[in-house]
Amino acid sequence: MTRTPLKRRSPKQTFGAIATILAAGILAGCAGCASPEAPAPIEIPDEPEEIAPIVADPEPARPTDADGVWLDENGRPIARTVYFDFDQAVLKPRDLRVLERHAEFLRDNRSRTLTIEGHCDERGTREYNLALGERRANAVQDFLTSAGVRSSQLETVSYGEERPVDVGHDESAWSKNRRAELIYR
Amino acid sequence: MTRHHLALTALAALLAWPAHALEKIIIDQGYDNQTRIAVVPFDGGLVGDDDIADIISFDLARSGQFDALPAENMLSLPTHPEDVLFRDWRVLGIEYVVIGRMWSNAQGELAVAWHLFDVFNERELMAANLAAPPAKARDIAHRIADDVYERITGVPGAFSTRIIYVLATDAGTAQARYLLKIADSDGARSRTLFNSDQPLLSASWSPDARRVAYVSFESGRQAIVVQDLATGARQRVAEYRGLNGAPVFSPDGQRLALVLSRDGNPEIYVMDLAGDRALRRVTRYPGAIDTEPSWSADGRSLIFTSDRGGRPQIYRIELANSMIERLTFQGDYNARARLLPDGQHLIYVHRRRGTYHIAWQDLERNDVRVLTETSLDESPSIAPNGMMLIYATQNAGRGILAVVSIDGRVKYKLPSDEGDVREPAWSPYIDALSPDSRH
Repeated sequence: MTRTPLKRRSPKQTFGAIATILAAGILAGCAGCASPEAPAPIEIPDEPEEIAPIVADPEPARPTDADGVWLDENGRPIARTVYFDFDQAVLKPRDLRVLERHAEFLRDNRSRTLTIEGHCDERGTREYNLALGERRANAVQDFLTSAGVRSSQLETVSYGEERPVDVGHDESAWSKNRRAELIYR
Repeated sequence: MTRHHLALTALAALLAWPAHALEKIIIDQGYDNQTRIAVVPFDGGLVGDDDIADIISFDLARSGQFDALPAENMLSLPTHPEDVLFRDWRVLGIEYVVIGRMWSNAQGELAVAWHLFDVFNERELMAANLAAPPAKARDIAHRIADDVYERITGVPGAFSTRIIYVLATDAGTAQARYLLKIADSDGARSRTLFNSDQPLLSASWSPDARRVAYVSFESGRQAIVVQDLATGARQRVAEYRGLNGAPVFSPDGQRLALVLSRDGNPEIYVMDLAGDRALRRVTRYPGAIDTEPSWSADGRSLIFTSDRGGRPQIYRIELANSMIERLTFQGDYNARARLLPDGQHLIYVHRRRGTYHIAWQDLERNDVRVLTETSLDESPSIAPNGMMLIYATQNAGRGILAVVSIDGRVKYKLPSDEGDVREPAWSPYIDALSPDSRH
């Protein structure tokens, strides 16, 4: 019996594919915009090839995909949160693999829906942060739709700074609060 | 100043009100040359736990403009005009004296007769009689403080006003609760207007002080609610896809400025409250956040926050012709602005060296003055007489309310005995003693 060898893509190849999707998504998303300003350039900083701290409980037996993303028993990534830099709504490269896996699950399960919550740290005014949180939720939504998820499967809600996960008042707390959460319904 | 602080501490110790909760006010800073006043204990002025003279004294003291003499330092305690010996007050350096008597009248109301004297000129400046149901003892005291303040300073007092604010308990946990509260402007008599396990924020008053509008997540999505204070009746007036935020009543109370992102981007809208809630879109700037509208006194323009220039700054838009003008230029984060009643000055949240303060700006000369030096200061709301503003800040890791004078020289805190207190909104003038008052 001959078996076609499984072609494993290297993390770098996957990353390139995702970056292309992301770029296409942002361009497509902005095609109708009349913004007088150029869309923000997609900055992909040279980060070390690190895997995001996906879960607090790294059991070695946990199934992963080819890129090392931990999956639950339904094939969905266990990671349901992506993080943002201060006052930014740009997805970080390290989160793209996880989001691509969520997109794959949603493409394969068209009846499943996802709510994307956008959140901020406490700095800045509350209403401005509600708008910033919406930008963050939209960044995730745009990524997923450009990766083939139907917009009818997605819903966004911004909580701004109103629902912190860490109520501290330092960068350690703030960095945990600047996030988008993916909640399956 | 030290003597002043001690006097206030003693005074504050006499004032206690039941939980929840804004605790005794802590005055941090007042003017150096305060007007020295004595409010003599009123005959019959102890009504339940409320001492009318103490409430008047404390109102005047927290303006920062008055130094109120504690009763134990008084040489005489007159309650009738003919008993006032000006010499007793002159030797203490007291400039003004307030005396009064209270009794229960034939209608079962609390009646009061009070007088204000000018010590140096040895004459009566004011005398008045009031009556109100006994439950309004504090309102009587605040009214007298308003009248004394106006007679001496020439500016109407705002002690009879109310504040609304949000109390958040167990934030960051599954038990988090959010309570919309109303209290007297000194923090007393707080009660809950609405209670939710989802966030509440951005409360603002209708100009007749009968309704409040606020943002509620009670349905799991953002919505704008208008609530009648007397009946408690609530209406969800906006619950569109996306943001439904930052509601503010127009000066005539007929319209509501708000923020919606239903067309894909946060923009300012005006809703007609009187009619069918028709919406008019005011801003149009794809890719930018436009939020936090606030009305000019004539209702013809709105100021708002926008990051259309790359960073949040304050802009003004004329509603008739949509002409837009940028108002703030210092710093890279200016947001949530409110106009002072004179329309010539702006109050907003200003970031300086990474921390957030309340700033004041003269719109003619564009000079900016930072009024607060704490961090994470936000949500400034101006008293109707334009003399003070209340804002939210952090103290020992918890959200509290604080007040600062418009010139930055008077400061006091309203600590809370529990949770995080935030999102204050100072009411318009109210007439709590009028028979049809719902306050």
